Amino acid sequence: MPNRRRAYVILFLLALAALTSVAFSLAIGSLPIAFTDLWHILCGDDAGLAGEVVRTLRLPRTLAGLACGGLLALSGALMQVLLKNPLADPYVLGVSGGASVGALAAMLFGLPLLVLHMGAFAGALVAMLLVFGLAHGDGSWTQTRLLLTGVIVASGAGALVALMLSVTPEHQLRGMLFWLMGDLSQADSPAPALLMLALGMIIILPFSRDLGLLARGELSALALGVPVARLRLMIYVLASIFTAVAVNIAGSIGFVGLIVPHLVRLAMRTTAGNDQRLLLPASVLAGGTLLVVADTLARTIVAPQQLPVGVLTALLGVPAFLYLLSRQPK
Amino acid sequence: MTAPLLATRALDVAIAGRTLVHGLDIEVKGGDTLAILGCNGSGKTTLLHTLAGLRPPSGGEVELCDKPYAAHGPRQAARLRGLLAQAQMDAFPASVLETALIGRHPHLGRWAWEGAADERIAIEALAAVGLQNLESREVHTLSGGERQRLGIATLLTQMPLLYLLDEPLAHLDLAHQIAMLELAKRYTADCHAAFVIVMHDMNLALRYCRRALLLFGDGRWLEGPSEEVLSAKNLSELYGQRIRELQDGNSRYFIAA
Repeated sequence: MPNRRRAYVILFLLALAALTSVAFSLAIGSLPIAFTDLWHILCGDDAGLAGEVVRTLRLPRTLAGLACGGLLALSGALMQVLLKNPLADPYVLGVSGGASVGALAAMLFGLPLLVLHMGAFAGALVAMLLVFGLAHGDGSWTQTRLLLTGVIVASGAGALVALMLSVTPEHQLRGMLFWLMGDLSQADSPAPALLMLALGMIIILPFSRDLGLLARGELSALALGVPVARLRLMIYVLASIFTAVAVNIAGSIGFVGLIVPHLVRLAMRTTAGNDQRLLLPASVLAGGTLLVVADTLARTIVAPQQLPVGVLTALLGVPAFLYLLSRQPK
Repeated sequence: MTAPLLATRALDVAIAGRTLVHGLDIEVKGGDTLAILGCNGSGKTTLLHTLAGLRPPSGGEVELCDKPYAAHGPRQAARLRGLLAQAQMDAFPASVLETALIGRHPHLGRWAWEGAADERIAIEALAAVGLQNLESREVHTLSGGERQRLGIATLLTQMPLLYLLDEPLAHLDLAHQIAMLELAKRYTADCHAAFVIVMHDMNLALRYCRRALLLFGDGRWLEGPSEEVLSAKNLSELYGQRIRELQDGNSRYFIAA
């Protein structure tokens, strides 16, 4: 079974890349740490200030980046299957729009961080239920209807965001803009995202062959014994929750969810990249790696000034994407 | 006497409040080939999807191997019957071999990957429809007729007993139409499979299908041996177009008058 072995090799290499990116992210910064010291610190040997920096600052932030990148890429890959549209991303159905409205409203009224998180999550859930309820209205739940409803709700949320930005006092604007562009500097508790990611993989991976069939068309998937209605509902809910969790921690980081599944597909250079059994876990690893690298750059390029990580993901992702696209065999 | 692969009892098929087929009673046994003929919009595809268990009937029952679809479950049903849909969708790129291999889905466990045996089945199926040596081609680069034959190969890879084909002859040139029907003939003889084929060619239906089902689109239907059901009178009424019958030795042919 060369396909399966090949898939495991690719996943192993991607896991190595993810580990390497994490190691660099922990080592690089205003206080450079040697890799040997890093190993001691992670093993629990206290190393004074360096240990403190790694454990309380860099490690949570790096792990949050890894988990959020993985969640967004997974969510994007799932949305592309759900909508059978290669242009779909985690934000297309308005989940992040809802989260932005909730988060910005909390910032506008100067509410504490906890409320901000709750607001973002509630906004995401409201958007998800709204889109689901409206698209489900006549019971057909066709993907055009779903896509249209999602896009409309997303633009409604976009308008609310613009409204709030325009009435916000000058000194609060910067925080809002960073949140909208994606920012990991507030990410201090990666546990929920890591848990969600692990849970999601456990739920989804057993269905990855079914998902591959779903992406090829509902009718043939149905005829081949795929429980289409249940599966679509499952990926809609899971992809929305993944997005909500990621956005809640890191703001609406653009691009990862759209580009990573395509990067994986292109990097395989064969159509095997569309096999969901490989695509889903590979997207998680590649998405996590991309976000960790982008965040490391975001906090080091013009240190001590920090850049919004969402800008970096795009700046890294676009050239990589264009390069892979240009060497794609015709 | 073997049990029928497919049986309907008083089956009603309706779409958008219009009853297209009323009180259908048919049986399809192993070795049978049934042609479904009718005008556009007469309910051929809707009936086929109902027969495949993908659409609940608006009345009556459909049984696959003596049991309703609900009793089989989707996976078991997929091992017994296969459906060739009218249009094949390819939103994402895939190779010809990968596409043929999706037919193995109902035969594989949750964590299993397609093995060498599955690959052999798929390659044989591709050869059976004349797509040998195209295994690594991208589906996007196939012609309409080749894509149609790939759909048929995917169905052969699924290895059901009952084949439900929605216009399998569409996009095929004459030689491949004949080859497709010869293939059906071989499978009914060798594997005791059964074919239900939606088609528009009256002459090929007469030549290759033992039985025929005419759908008039207003609930009325007519089913029986092709020799009897396919007559100039019935076909003229079916298509609302005068059709003449020509005799050549023992063969009969229909042409539009």
